[in-house]
Amino acid sequence: MAKRKAKNRKIRKSGKSGKKIRGRKTFPSASKEDAKKELKISAIDEGTVIDHIPTDATFKVVEILNLENHSGIVSIATNLQSKSIGKKGIVKVGGKSLTQEEVNKIAIVAPDATVNIIKNYDVKEKIKVKTPDIIDNVVKCSNPVCVTNNEKIPTKFYVFKKEPLKIKCHYCERSMGKEDIEII
Amino acid sequence: MEFKNRDIISINDFSKEELLHILKIVSQMHNKPKANMLKGKILATLFFEPSTRTRLSFTSAMEQLGGQVIGFSTASVTSVQKGESLWDTIKMTEQYSDVIAMRHPLEGSARLAAEAASVPVINGGDGSNQHPTQTMLDLYTIQRTKGRLESLHIGFVGDLKYGRTVHSLVIALSHFNPTFYFIAPDELQIPENYLDGLYQKKIKYYKTSDLTRFSKELDVIYVTRIQKERFPDPLEYEKFKGVYRIDESFLHHVKKDLKIMHPLPTL
Repeated sequence: MAKRKAKNRKIRKSGKSGKKIRGRKTFPSASKEDAKKELKISAIDEGTVIDHIPTDATFKVVEILNLENHSGIVSIATNLQSKSIGKKGIVKVGGKSLTQEEVNKIAIVAPDATVNIIKNYDVKEKIKVKTPDIIDNVVKCSNPVCVTNNEKIPTKFYVFKKEPLKIKCHYCERSMGKEDIEII
Repeated sequence: MEFKNRDIISINDFSKEELLHILKIVSQMHNKPKANMLKGKILATLFFEPSTRTRLSFTSAMEQLGGQVIGFSTASVTSVQKGESLWDTIKMTEQYSDVIAMRHPLEGSARLAAEAASVPVINGGDGSNQHPTQTMLDLYTIQRTKGRLESLHIGFVGDLKYGRTVHSLVIALSHFNPTFYFIAPDELQIPENYLDGLYQKKIKYYKTSDLTRFSKELDVIYVTRIQKERFPDPLEYEKFKGVYRIDESFLHHVKKDLKIMHPLPTL
């Protein structure tokens, strides 16, 4: 009995940070045979899970966090079903905690994302990202003749609409939508 | 209202009350210039891009008010050619002057210069972004010739995409309950972000490529040049140059007191 409880606890912990994702749930039109297969994203003992990323922004988050060069475990999932945002992505990064600057950057491409800090397989803290009012030196101006693309100076943008994101360059005053945003 | 040491970078930085205050002072000085108001002060005119009227009008104004002028009218004679940054050029210039008037091809350059300088910076045009003193002059011209700024029907013709005087004037006139008519080929129409601003302020506007469609409605028509230097492709320019002509036949279809404005040069 005690053994079973311990096992359950382990599964529960894994569920919190690991979000076991079953193939049937992820691919509702899959065949019976496919349904037997499971798509798993393994749990991490220490690190960060970024959840509720709009699916098309998942790899932007990977880029922002420079995970290509990360030496720890990195799990990336896209096109997962989400009740709140339709299709979502999840990125799990073992052995890494995010800086405030990184969280701010994520907020620009994934305004509904949650950042879960994992310690000993458990969610220690859950942070809802918040789109800042001013974006300092994170985004590149899409205007090729903006002074920021021609002189060595940091960029600065004002957020004048959060959903969908619209920002205005402090220097050239050009407005940019989400589709124009390129992270520095 | 405090204007001392204030930069003039973008018309967006000025409220309706501030614009009206400036127009009031301009009117007073127009009638009665103050000859020694700026005696002992030096204006640096930094023109990194060609200009005739803007540079000469700053020079003339400074000298009429008793001040002196230093500066250059092309970047090719400056250390910019050697690769000096704009920030450094401005830091150096502020040592020699009390105020800087600047034109530069890069958009946002005037804002950057204002951040670098401890003396006030006046934007004489930054790429196709802003030209706020031209806008103040345009407002003054409209007020003087029409007797009011409120509730006018104003047409903009020509290059509304790249024309910075148009962009600034649209923003400034938005304070005065106008109706706008944007007359341009689709490729040179007013950028969407300006229309967003008008929509938010519930300002009526019409878009057309036909010069005569709304001609009977207009109180003022603001005509702009198709700017060759803003086109990356010369063939595109050839397609649009001379597409609108304000000639005698056009004047048969307008109100008797229509005012025609043009920021020049005419081509």
